[in-house]
Amino acid sequence: MKPPKFDYHAPVTLDEAIALLARYGGDAKLLAGGQSLMPLLNFRLARPAALIDLNRIKSLSYIREHDGQVRFGAMTRQRAIEFSPVVARRLPLLREATRWVGHLPIRSRGTIGGSIAHADPSAEYPAVLTALEGEVVARGPKGERTLPPRALFETYLTTTLAPDEILTEVRLPAMPDGAGWAFEEFARRQGDFAIVGVAAAVWRASGRPAVRLATAGAGGTPRRLRESEEIVEGDGLTDTAIEAAARRASELVEPDSDIHASADYRRHLAGVLTERALKRARDSARA
Amino acid sequence: MPDIHLTVNGVSREGRCEPRKLLVDFLRENLELTGTHVGCEHGICGACTVLVNGEAARSCLMLAVQADGAEITTVEGLMRDGKLHPLQEAFREHHALQCGFCTPGMLLTALDLLRTNPSPSEDEVREGISAVLCRCTGYHGIVKAVLSAAAPRSI
Repeated sequence: MKPPKFDYHAPVTLDEAIALLARYGGDAKLLAGGQSLMPLLNFRLARPAALIDLNRIKSLSYIREHDGQVRFGAMTRQRAIEFSPVVARRLPLLREATRWVGHLPIRSRGTIGGSIAHADPSAEYPAVLTALEGEVVARGPKGERTLPPRALFETYLTTTLAPDEILTEVRLPAMPDGAGWAFEEFARRQGDFAIVGVAAAVWRASGRPAVRLATAGAGGTPRRLRESEEIVEGDGLTDTAIEAAARRASELVEPDSDIHASADYRRHLAGVLTERALKRARDSARA
Repeated sequence: MPDIHLTVNGVSREGRCEPRKLLVDFLRENLELTGTHVGCEHGICGACTVLVNGEAARSCLMLAVQADGAEITTVEGLMRDGKLHPLQEAFREHHALQCGFCTPGMLLTALDLLRTNPSPSEDEVREGISAVLCRCTGYHGIVKAVLSAAAPRSI
């Protein structure tokens, strides 16, 4: 099908975009890369009064190192992230996760801000944001605020962003030198939405292992697996500890059943993928 | 209705359409370039893939107004001086098309794959073209064609 009628605006500054959002009072949709919104429009599942296209706002597209973080303008394309030397050096977990995002032509258009604001729980970037304890910046008429992922993701496709707020920046702490990482995902076909994915990173902090783990696709939001992390942080990166952490992971997640997989199967996958991700992260780490 | 000015296959073109018009429909209906095919209209099948400023993108997931000022390459732009593009030659050589419906999307996706990864492995080719569905299931020929058009791998 074809999209329904809408007013179309392509502001060139963020302030204009925020003013437009306020003017439509919640009846406008922001158009970022369009790889999720355009199908919804084509199916007429979304019928906004207006589209506010962010693609002409040049100031929303950048990758910058700042104070131990890598900061991404919300409109930075997934393909730019895939090929960024800064990301390869500082955030190899994000780089690996990017290879799982849709397909090549999806990544040409898709953006980091769009992926996170869309809040599809099976998406890779929300899981990486959660694992690495990143944050997002949101701007509205009343100013700017930063939100950690647990304050952002509410449930399936739902965030706490106000109708007049725009997610403008994504901040991820640079991974320490020598850190190991892995993004494991199971999907029925290459490029499909994840049934379950697991993001893992390990490094040494004051002589002990530091572990970061989060899931995609195992519940309504990405899920940090703190108790699994603690098992490995306490017992070390041995096979036995990793296997115990993986068993705990399948207990911690709260998946739902849908046409793609049952909740039980997703629990099973969360365990299997946690084990694989932790072992691969350990083996890629440099002490 | 907005006026749209863009470059398609190196030629400056313009047209006028509603903001809701998809880029693929603008190319086919306004510019009469029907080489780009419309399949699923929701970003799954990849038949409508074109190059937007050199990068492969689904033209069913872009509005024509978004392409204002852009450089677009469609399958019609691949031939030079009456000769098939080397990738098209490889498709012919390896019987990489049956019904031909997916071919424009396959060609433009593979071109972008080879631009960023000039000597892909077979797995990388399979992963790259997984963005496009061939309902004849003729993937073997397509993979062979893309590999033969790629630069030789140094092992």
